[in-house]
Amino acid sequence: MTLSPHRGVRVPNASQIAPARPLVIDDLYYRAGGPLSLQVNPGETVCLSGESGSGKTLLLRAIADLDPHDGEIRLGDTGQHTIAATAWRRQVGMLPAESAWWGGSVREHLDGAPSAWLEILGFTAGVMDWQIARLSSGERQRLALLRMLARQPAALLLDEPTANLDPGNSERVEHLIAAYQRSKSAPVLWVTHDPSQAARVSTQYLQLSGGRLIGPEGGA
Amino acid sequence: MTTISLSAQDLGLAALLVLAVALLSSRLELGVGRRMLIAAARTTAQLLLVGLVLKTLFAHAELHWVALLACVMLLVAGREVLARQQRRFVGAWGYGIGTASMLLSSFTVTILALIVVIGPTPWYTPQYAIPLLGMLLGNTMNGVSLGLDRLTHQVWQERASVEGRLLLGQTRHEALGSVRRDAMRSGLMPIINAMSVAGVVSLPGMMTGQILAGAPPVEAVKYQVLIMFLIAGGTGLGTAGAVWLGSQRLFDERDRLRLERLSAPKPS
Repeated sequence: MTLSPHRGVRVPNASQIAPARPLVIDDLYYRAGGPLSLQVNPGETVCLSGESGSGKTLLLRAIADLDPHDGEIRLGDTGQHTIAATAWRRQVGMLPAESAWWGGSVREHLDGAPSAWLEILGFTAGVMDWQIARLSSGERQRLALLRMLARQPAALLLDEPTANLDPGNSERVEHLIAAYQRSKSAPVLWVTHDPSQAARVSTQYLQLSGGRLIGPEGGA
Repeated sequence: MTTISLSAQDLGLAALLVLAVALLSSRLELGVGRRMLIAAARTTAQLLLVGLVLKTLFAHAELHWVALLACVMLLVAGREVLARQQRRFVGAWGYGIGTASMLLSSFTVTILALIVVIGPTPWYTPQYAIPLLGMLLGNTMNGVSLGLDRLTHQVWQERASVEGRLLLGQTRHEALGSVRRDAMRSGLMPIINAMSVAGVVSLPGMMTGQILAGAPPVEAVKYQVLIMFLIAGGTGLGTAGAVWLGSQRLFDERDRLRLERLSAPKPS
């Protein structure tokens, strides 16, 4: 497979693509730089790494349409700017590295999340009555994933979703993401600094620098 | 009852009090004696000047002169709103949002009060129009600057939460809802507090002035109640306008939070 920051990076095994929608980024110029082109096919996971300031988070923000940018981003045939920003963000779910919480109890955020998912993440149904103010950072991170998935996005943008977690909980998070991805055939873009995690979850592990893809992590 | 006219000697006697405080400051080495004297001199000069302006204006009660003075007052109030912001909207918006909302609220309420409630002839009679507008602008300015300052401060503090809500598919109105409500509340609080304690804890300045000038207390009270209600209306409209305009400016057409449209905080 050849790699060019200008012409794009294709996830392999194109013949096995599920009939769901790929996430396509074409000639993107965003706050960290560019141009950047990338396609994440349905059911596949592309992991991204790069030094601090290389543009990983800004890339996810541009795809979620939180920052201004130029170039084309689409989910299947649906162009980012052909639908309302609210509708786009419901389809392309982004999990920020630091989750934000408000209000009183977890229930206000998680109504509608299947109890099976709670169990996968190691919670009981009682978590719904927990007070937001008393959640630990690890609990917040796991519950933020649930909150995002409960809205049933068709593609996932994950910014270090296991950064604050112990190995056991990291495994739970990986397990839930994999299960969700299978059920939806969702394309997943995953920022991680952990090569062993990338090896477990991704089909490709790419490196970012100055807002451009510079090749596979650990190689050229 | 007629007004007792104050002579220069009367004012001089009152000035002795200021002088006494300045001397006391010098004895106690407070270091504010000089500033106290300068401030007293400024007060005298500024008020004499505005007295002369009003005297001239009252003698030439024409609409364009009244409108000119009203515009000067508005522009100065807009400048004051801007100066009170920790984080300002950059560019013309910083000045424009506060000034536009004060123009809409204070001018509308003043003109409404002049035409519908008080009814002087002509409606822009400066003895009524200018003090009324002054009271409204002064108070609306407080509401607008408090509301805007709270809006920009709070949205900066809670940016992660606002963007977190956007990421869950909420609209800008839903995402900013609690911030906007807080900003509105802080803009309205001063006039609510003032109305709550009026006459019990404090005698409002305008009413006191009218009574000292010889007006019957009940007449003075009626004017004061009118002014309070007008101020409440003007402050409510002005604060709502400023917070709404500010909220619009905080986002772009794709419902993205654009905090780069705010300046860095003023050094305190």
